[in-house]
Amino acid sequence: MSKSSATVYVRLKDGVLDPQGVTIQKALGQMGYEEFSSVRTGRFFELEFEADNGEIEQRIDEVCSKLLANPVIEKFTVERK
Amino acid sequence: MKFGVVTFPGSNCDFDAYAAVKHVLGEEVEFLWHKSSDLLNSDVVILPGGFSYGDYLRSGAIAKFSPIMEKVIKFANSGGCVIGICNGFQVLTESGLLPGALMRNDHLRFSCKFVYLRVEKTDSIFTSACKKGEVLKIPIAHGDGNFYHFDDEVKRLEDNGQVLFRYTDPNGNESKDYNPNGSLHNIAGICNREGNVLGMMPHPERAVEKILGSVDGLRIFESVRQHFAQPAAAGKS
Repeated sequence: MSKSSATVYVRLKDGVLDPQGVTIQKALGQMGYEEFSSVRTGRFFELEFEADNGEIEQRIDEVCSKLLANPVIEKFTVERK
Repeated sequence: MKFGVVTFPGSNCDFDAYAAVKHVLGEEVEFLWHKSSDLLNSDVVILPGGFSYGDYLRSGAIAKFSPIMEKVIKFANSGGCVIGICNGFQVLTESGLLPGALMRNDHLRFSCKFVYLRVEKTDSIFTSACKKGEVLKIPIAHGDGNFYHFDDEVKRLEDNGQVLFRYTDPNGNESKDYNPNGSLHNIAGICNREGNVLGMMPHPERAVEKILGSVDGLRIFESVRQHFAQPAAAGKS
């Protein structure tokens, strides 16, 4: 069986304040990089699994909504490799 | 009546909660291990403060899948009385027992100090021993206490009277300067719609004896005891 992988990107929903992003953006300004008017932070997860069993997309979707992202404040996208 | 205090790996206020109930309130209490599936006939379950599962991923996110939480969720959904303090509040929102989410403090710092809470409602299991509008002095100790929810959901919380505690100044006036984390509407503690689940960021168990700087936290434990002392109410859960 060959290995497959997927990368899950979790971001704050639009409109949700990202204090870390704001702080980074301010720091960039102080460093002389004033052109970056906004910074939003997020995180990604690399998932590895044995070749596709046909249900894998649904399974990935489940772990994203059950654990990796908090649907109240975050959204996620999945990139398959 | 009997309290149960859950211990997750990384809980660090479980002993404080246990001591507050046993030695100050004088009620029966037992620890509930996270791997156990037995609430040991507790009338009230406390999810204590700390850093369950190292706060990995998000505060409270991993704890919701522990065996004890499966029972706590069933208990809460059948009307059982549950109190989540600090990390416990985060576990309750992650579990869906309370609405909203607790995000990083707006100033990004961990905040450990006394704050002032205005009691918004007294016809609740958790605040019946308080006076409406009364200001309680109770400490906080958290990095992720910034309560957030969509505007219409926050409005629903307010309309349903689910906001029990709000950060204020010592005189009970709301002010941005006295909100330690940037929470919406200065929210410090909420209950679920049914009123049997409380989540609050401040630590009432750390304000139960004079030597600790305040005894105001005891009012919350006394309120709960009052509730169970009423024969009609005790039978309900």
